[in-house]
Amino acid sequence: MVERLIPTALVEDNKFCPGCGHGIINRILAEVLDEMKLTDKAIGSMAVGCACLMVDTFGVDWIQSPHGRAAALATGIKRCRPENPVFTYQGDGDSMSIGFSETMYAALRNENITAILVNNGIFGMTGGQMAPTSLPGQKTVTSPMGRNTDLTGQPLNIINQMKDLNIGYLARGSVTSIKNINRVKKYIRNAFETQMSGGGYSMVEILSPCPTNWKMMPDKSLEHIDNTVTTYYPLGEFVKKGGDSNE
Amino acid sequence: MALKLMKGNDALAEAAVRAGCRFFGGYPITPQSEILEYLSKRMPEVGGHFVQSESELAGISMVHGAAAAGFRTMTSSSGPGFSLLQEGISYIASAELPAVIINVQRYGSGLGDIFQAQGDYFQAVKGGGHGDYRMIVYAPASIQENVDFTTLAFDKADEYRNPVLVLSDASIASMMEPVDLPEMHEHDPNKNPEAARGKGDGPFKRITSTMYYIEDFDTYVKKKYDTMAANEERWESIQVEDAELVLVAYGITSRICKEAVMLAREKGIKLGLIRPITLWPFPAKAFKALPDTVASFMTVELSPMPMIQEDVLLSLDARKPVHNFLAGMNIPEPIDIVEKAADCIKQTAKGACNG
Repeated sequence: MVERLIPTALVEDNKFCPGCGHGIINRILAEVLDEMKLTDKAIGSMAVGCACLMVDTFGVDWIQSPHGRAAALATGIKRCRPENPVFTYQGDGDSMSIGFSETMYAALRNENITAILVNNGIFGMTGGQMAPTSLPGQKTVTSPMGRNTDLTGQPLNIINQMKDLNIGYLARGSVTSIKNINRVKKYIRNAFETQMSGGGYSMVEILSPCPTNWKMMPDKSLEHIDNTVTTYYPLGEFVKKGGDSNE
Repeated sequence: MALKLMKGNDALAEAAVRAGCRFFGGYPITPQSEILEYLSKRMPEVGGHFVQSESELAGISMVHGAAAAGFRTMTSSSGPGFSLLQEGISYIASAELPAVIINVQRYGSGLGDIFQAQGDYFQAVKGGGHGDYRMIVYAPASIQENVDFTTLAFDKADEYRNPVLVLSDASIASMMEPVDLPEMHEHDPNKNPEAARGKGDGPFKRITSTMYYIEDFDTYVKKKYDTMAANEERWESIQVEDAELVLVAYGITSRICKEAVMLAREKGIKLGLIRPITLWPFPAKAFKALPDTVASFMTVELSPMPMIQEDVLLSLDARKPVHNFLAGMNIPEPIDIVEKAADCIKQTAKGACNG
């Protein structure tokens, strides 16, 4: 007899588009919370964007943040309730465009929170506009001729902004293969372990496909991440104060 | 109880601590910064948390988080910074969370300047943020009232689960007066079962705009604010019983107007004063109960354009003339107010007054 194991936090089917990476990330985040016995204690600070779709499907205590302010809300929550695991779940538009300041200052203060930043290089919820993370030449509905970096700047590498800061943990993964999914799950676990041991700010950036707005088939989207996106945003662990976790 | 000589901003901050406020996030801006400075030292003494945020946007968002976690929490700002708080205030109101907001008014739009003013009236009273919400707005006129209304603001924020604004200004912030401080109150952050603390064995909590989960939200939200409007009007009436002209002023200008009323009475000029203590809800009831002797009104405002006048006219159903003494940048002298009022009384008798 085969039993289907579903992490307790996944209380309903997710509402993401076919081929979207958020569903995988939701799953591994829920698995980590269960494995660490944190689901009952976790408090999430939710971005505005596709992340909002988790509010009814991902069963932890949530606070809906204004667009970009998730790290500031998480700061208020964690200072008041230091015993609870507090995390943000944000897209790249939320955390790196409108919320760049709040994201960076949470890291600069080394707030003992975990940031899950999902980078799909685009504003997904609003229909595929250019994000700070969009690649040079990337066609979006607000860069129809392709992103012109002379006018719009270079893609934002948030890891480069943070890697010299006094923080606990910093990693970037992707969800393009079972190997990469398992690796990024380990990163998420390392991040929460950092927080639960009082190790300071932890952040995992996750490269994730948006086939709907990339106008690309799901399999091609994954290839695009592996072949192109990772050349701008290399994978790996960049800050790791606490050492290896027990996988 | 022994009175203590305190500066307005310090007294307000201490009142917040004594009301059980245990999280403050805020950003420096004159003439509000002493609140930050005071709490940076005081919060750790009582086991509370102080964060100097990177901006007012972040400060109010930290307050939003702390409120969702069940804690009594506050931020303060002034003028340009108060504009930046509006996003968070709208979200906090929408999520029906309690929080206390302080705006120490300074002069002008844009950068403006750091001296006393009352030009943030519309933004404070009509709802500076987006969407369908209101805030109770208290207008203290003394250091003691800074204490009393900050204390009350925390209770009302809890009672209605809504942000409450205390609208101070640069002069009240900077003056020193003796104050009677309340006893220390401890607030239990776990008292409200809806506070975010992890779901435990129960259902998970979604602290977001309550409109998603309340049936017939339009009716619900209107009733909420109608109830506040009906129950929370506060004002002080002075010598209106036989007045010919009633001054209308709040905060620091109301104190000058009290002197003006005394001075006028010495001269045989029958002035009275209505001092709104809540600016929202505006104390319309104060205007319904006036004697027939009152022929006209004059607002006294520290702004170059009339603002309270609109609410006075609404309270009167525009049935009587409402003149203005617009002091703008200049703190008026009582005699100037009396002279203008006397002129308006004459003009009203003739059936005309030009402003």
